[in-house]
Amino acid sequence: MVQVGLTHFLVISAILFSLGIFGIVTRKNAVMVLMGLELILNSANINFVAFSRYGNFGLNGQVVALFVIVLAAAEAAIALAIVLNIYKTFATVNVDEIDKLKE
Amino acid sequence: MNIYDIVFYLFAAITLASAFVVVTARNIIYSAFSLLFTFFGIAGLYVLLGADFIAVVQLMVYVGGILVLILFGVMLTNKITSVQIKTGTLQVIPAILGTALMAGVLIKIFTGTNWHSQMAQYPTKTTAYALGHILLTDYVLIFELLGILLLIALIGAATIARKEEKAS
Repeated sequence: MVQVGLTHFLVISAILFSLGIFGIVTRKNAVMVLMGLELILNSANINFVAFSRYGNFGLNGQVVALFVIVLAAAEAAIALAIVLNIYKTFATVNVDEIDKLKE
Repeated sequence: MNIYDIVFYLFAAITLASAFVVVTARNIIYSAFSLLFTFFGIAGLYVLLGADFIAVVQLMVYVGGILVLILFGVMLTNKITSVQIKTGTLQVIPAILGTALMAGVLIKIFTGTNWHSQMAQYPTKTTAYALGHILLTDYVLIFELLGILLLIALIGAATIARKEEKAS
């Protein structure tokens, strides 16, 4: 078996990215869509850290991964606030039933 | 096969299996709790990549913050007592075909490319010192902007989510 290297981490992140896309396009619940989004952001982060490790760019990749984590936190807070508002307005969070901008 | 490889395959299996459960479980609570193991496995991968500080931040921000937030979102937007908590799916077959195709292409690209990989020289003890140094020198503007962004996100989330006051 080959030594674990850069390619192994990239393959993990590719599978994780595809699973995230699958979650986003198939699930109706808006919170589930957010979970898929977190999976995608994490797969991108794995790529950043892996290239930082194997690419000899110093720590720049890790710094960008930190920024992505910060943006993910802000995005989750805002998105869940919006989802709560949608639930108050429409009494559902299924994204296929929400087709109006206001009541 | 040394200990590094064994630990890598262990964490990779945890990550991918729990991520699979996240996107396929019918019950959204199961998905949310499975996401915990996904984040944990990814933190393990970060440790294997020599990014100890990122791994700790991953555990603290994702598991301690975002996951709790998502669980609150699940609890607040579902009627726990009814069967509403099961989430529907739509267009599963085309989605499987599309994402499998995309995963295949991505993996083909990643494995087919001849990466010019060269192990980075990391500090032997911890990357926290070097990360803090680079964060406050090269990336100080982005660092400050992210602080402002987090403040805006905090105020925005509180403003959007609070109950509207009755106009008297």
